[in-house]
Amino acid sequence: MTEPIVSIRGVSKKFPGGIIAVDNVHVDIAQNEFFALLGPSGCGKTTLLRMISGLETPTEGQIMIGGEDMALTPPNKRPTNMVFQSYAVFPHMTVEDNVAYGLRVTGVAADETTRRTAEALEMVKLSHLAKRKPDQMSGGQRQRVALARALVKRPKVLLLDEPLSALDAKLRDDMRMELTRLQETVGITFIIVTHDQDEALSMASRIAVMDKGAVQQIATPSELYEQPTTRFVADFIGKVNLIDAKVLSTTAKAITCEAKGLGKMSVPTNKSCGDTVAIAVRPEKLKLSVSKPADAKLLAIAGKVRDVAYYGDTSHVVVSASDGLDLQINVQNDTRTGGSGVERGQKIWVSWAPDDSIVLTE
Amino acid sequence: MDNWKDNRNVFWTLATPGTFWLFVFFILPLGFLFVMSFSDKAIIDGQISITEYDYLTGVTNYFRSVEPLYLQIMWKSIWVSALATALCLLTAYPIAFGICFAPDRWKPLLLLLVVLPFWINLLIRTYALIAVFRTQGYLNLTLGVAGLGPYEMLYNNFAVIFGLVYVYMPFMVLPLYATIERLDKSFLEASLDLGATQFTTFLKVTVPLTMPGIITGIILVFIPCLGSFLTPDLLGGANAIMIGNVIERQFKAANDWPFGAALSFMLMYATLAALMLRAFLASRSKGVDV
Repeated sequence: MTEPIVSIRGVSKKFPGGIIAVDNVHVDIAQNEFFALLGPSGCGKTTLLRMISGLETPTEGQIMIGGEDMALTPPNKRPTNMVFQSYAVFPHMTVEDNVAYGLRVTGVAADETTRRTAEALEMVKLSHLAKRKPDQMSGGQRQRVALARALVKRPKVLLLDEPLSALDAKLRDDMRMELTRLQETVGITFIIVTHDQDEALSMASRIAVMDKGAVQQIATPSELYEQPTTRFVADFIGKVNLIDAKVLSTTAKAITCEAKGLGKMSVPTNKSCGDTVAIAVRPEKLKLSVSKPADAKLLAIAGKVRDVAYYGDTSHVVVSASDGLDLQINVQNDTRTGGSGVERGQKIWVSWAPDDSIVLTE
Repeated sequence: MDNWKDNRNVFWTLATPGTFWLFVFFILPLGFLFVMSFSDKAIIDGQISITEYDYLTGVTNYFRSVEPLYLQIMWKSIWVSALATALCLLTAYPIAFGICFAPDRWKPLLLLLVVLPFWINLLIRTYALIAVFRTQGYLNLTLGVAGLGPYEMLYNNFAVIFGLVYVYMPFMVLPLYATIERLDKSFLEASLDLGATQFTTFLKVTVPLTMPGIITGIILVFIPCLGSFLTPDLLGGANAIMIGNVIERQFKAANDWPFGAALSFMLMYATLAALMLRAFLASRSKGVDV
């Protein structure tokens, strides 16, 4: 990686009262990345974002932006701009004045301010509403004002705090594409905070998953989904079947283990394992069949269909196997008449390729 | 809220006592004073009567009330009140701001401290101020220790303005506190994030967005200041007389109710003019609802 634009080194934030919001976080974010901080509410992702913007001060560690230590730089001197969750569009100013605000207060010349404001409004397609007051606009429009207001400053890093959470579903999809398009056009590093895994997976080039103040894993969306390193990540990103297993023996390429409900099995992994692991399998990797699959390489288990939920494009099937093990299987409804092809109470076989199992050690 | 027409009985039950009270003890006496302001003391057997009036004789009282002597006092009352209001605003804003940003468990106590003076009678509080400011008062004693003074601090405009600021400060702090507390702090953060200094943020974001509280505070302080008579009487004496004192004297010492009534209404017109100016400015700015 070339010189990172944002480098977070061992940053912690302790609030009075002993609450540790952010716990020893190390992240390097490259130029032009669309980086997502993903985690459940209260995981410290917003606090981390606010520390990058300078609105919060780290209790420990160092934040570098563009190679400079930001410890003593107040928010108004940082090369970052933020789109707030509440948008914080000034209600007493027109759209135009909102966008021009950041230029005017820093002494940018009047004609340049006018030109850049017009450009920014053009970019977010709000030129026709320049004279409006924010209270005459929809949530989506106000958000675009907030975006234009931040982008017009040409920051090195744009920070977005849950930018889509206040929009309705349809608008959210549009805005998601719009944000991706904008990021490609302006070529600025975006750091987005979100609790929505779909949002992070579909927009970000890299994601840091956070839990209880700590970073669990930093990876590309597909890596996160297919190669999660912890139970938390596997469970938080998408759906997953987690099966507890006791390790019997290990080699360099695989482990043999006694898995709950599955019995003795061998799973490929190059990780060093302790005594217990969890085997994770994504629901769409599991296949259903009426009889035991002929392919001996597949892992197969017999069970009974406990529940079928129809979602249009897919059906979610829950199969109860022995030992109290429940497995979730996603079935593509790829013909109009077939549906999931199974009924509640039906006896069924569930199978998957050993390579689709992920071994989780923590 | 339901339309009052849907619940007429409830509406009238709730509205009647207050309306009755206002009508009998406010509108009626005010109407009586209004009539009085157009009247004169009756002349019986060539003598000006003490108790009888000739009603609705004309506007001579109003002509008298705009004589230079009274206009001067009126004008002085306005600027003394304006100055007191301005000082109230300047001191109350940081106090209100401070309370809003104080830890939550401190807020009730701090607000209590602001309204605590209301628990003591105004007259006693004003006498306490005299005890502080008089020539052998506590302030001069303290200054004396430092080898300064004694200074004449009572019975001048300064003493009156100080007294007014002291008495009416809570009326400024409370509405300011209410608006600042409601203010979304992310507006201030956004301003800082966009490169504005703390000072610019204050001027361009905080002040405009708390304008409703500022206006309410100004009205709540300016109007009672303009009509005050106890504070100027006790702290200002003969040197710092305000229009309230003149009116009081017409009703009491001078026993000239018609002229007192005319002066009262002149004061009320001045107040109304100020309120209308405010409404006009508010309708022109249109932005924040003030």
